[in-house]
Amino acid sequence: MNIRYIKLSALVFCIGLLFAQCADDDDNGNVIEAATCDDGIQNGDEEGIDCGGTACPPCFDGLDFSGTYRQEDIMGRPGINTVFSGTDMVKNNFNTTMVSDREVFQPIFQTTLEAYHDVYGSALGVELDYESNILGLDAATFTTVLAQFDALQVAPEGPTTYFNGTVALTGRNLTDDVIDISLTLMFGGESGTRFDGNNGTPQLTSDGVGPGNRNFSLPFPYLESPLN
Amino acid sequence: MKKTKFYALLGGVGIVLATITFIAADHIDSPSVASTSVDIADFYAFEGDDPNSTVLVATMQGPLTPGSVTTNAQFDEDVVVEFNIDNTGDFVEDLVIQAVRRDSVMYFFGPSIVDPANAGLQSMINVDDFSGQVGISTVDETFTTTNDDGITFFAGPRRDAFYFDFNQFNQVVSGAAAPVGFLPPAEASDFFENFNVLAVVVEIPNALLGDAPPHVAGAVGINGLPNAYNVWITTKRKI
Repeated sequence: MNIRYIKLSALVFCIGLLFAQCADDDDNGNVIEAATCDDGIQNGDEEGIDCGGTACPPCFDGLDFSGTYRQEDIMGRPGINTVFSGTDMVKNNFNTTMVSDREVFQPIFQTTLEAYHDVYGSALGVELDYESNILGLDAATFTTVLAQFDALQVAPEGPTTYFNGTVALTGRNLTDDVIDISLTLMFGGESGTRFDGNNGTPQLTSDGVGPGNRNFSLPFPYLESPLN
Repeated sequence: MKKTKFYALLGGVGIVLATITFIAADHIDSPSVASTSVDIADFYAFEGDDPNSTVLVATMQGPLTPGSVTTNAQFDEDVVVEFNIDNTGDFVEDLVIQAVRRDSVMYFFGPSIVDPANAGLQSMINVDDFSGQVGISTVDETFTTTNDDGITFFAGPRRDAFYFDFNQFNQVVSGAAAPVGFLPPAEASDFFENFNVLAVVVEIPNALLGDAPPHVAGAVGINGLPNAYNVWITTKRKI
């Protein structure tokens, strides 16, 4: 057995290994450092040869993306369905309706908004109705915006914020106190301070909590790692 | 006098409103989706670290208790998460970005142009518009990928960013907290402080979203706001 033969055998053996690896459809992936998506073998966390895993294009072979998917939940602005829909049936209907098909929800939302005020009017022994809010919207217009324009408005030319004291409705940041903003729009009246807990009024414009110890200054994906 | 009125109201409007139990922002928002794999918790949209990009965040299946509940939580392979973008101002989606899990990987499609005839309640996955994939992150490891168009992807468990005194809110809307209302900061309690969610995050260059339409607030007489897309998320289950 000369050197050349040994080399040839080694080469054949290696090619054999290569094909064995190519035929390996074990998608658990044996993690190998420095895997690339064009080296002709399945390595790293690839799910096939040079495809799948965290870095490479997908392996569509064997993956089924067919079929029809039907809407079961939807969300634009925070808290809309849960705060304004009132009954379980309305909530379920809201979640299975297109945004552009929401006229029927406006009068329901307005009734709910007024009912919240009635609770406190009764408690205080006075007649209490919604008053136009800091955006100048009366009850009908406000609830129209909530029901029928229910999306986050997102401005590509920043700043993006739900409300930062100056700019409103250009996005929703992790930091935005959407509850206090929403409560202020519902109960704050034109001044924003109508029921702020001062001068004997109920506190209805702030829930009293902020982000606490959350870190909202992280790079992508911006959200904190899960708590353990 | 006030106390009498207060208790009287509990027999009236208060009882009606007591049936409105509430977890926000969208967490567990309706009986048919609560505690299922389609249940949306929250939606955020904001300018990214690159000011020419927008970050879209969908959180789901919250609140997840830390520990095994979070570790075992999974995106449903039969549920597609969609970011819907209206860039014409009619609140019908013109573009959609879809995310769906297969095994340990989240696959992303789009932004796909939506034929108005196909907009709305039912979708197919736009396989021809495959745009990227990322391994599902775990409690211990975070995976992100960026495609050739500059879209960055993430999917996995995260701490819930939403903060809210949910228990006191239920007291407020039921009338039980009347006439005081919410609690002062020293007494208020953030219900979501110690929970996790499953999150899908996409950061996309604005150039891929088309021109934004005039801000919808102009339709109700609020002028001066910048042009803005209308964006919402949907979860759809395979039928």
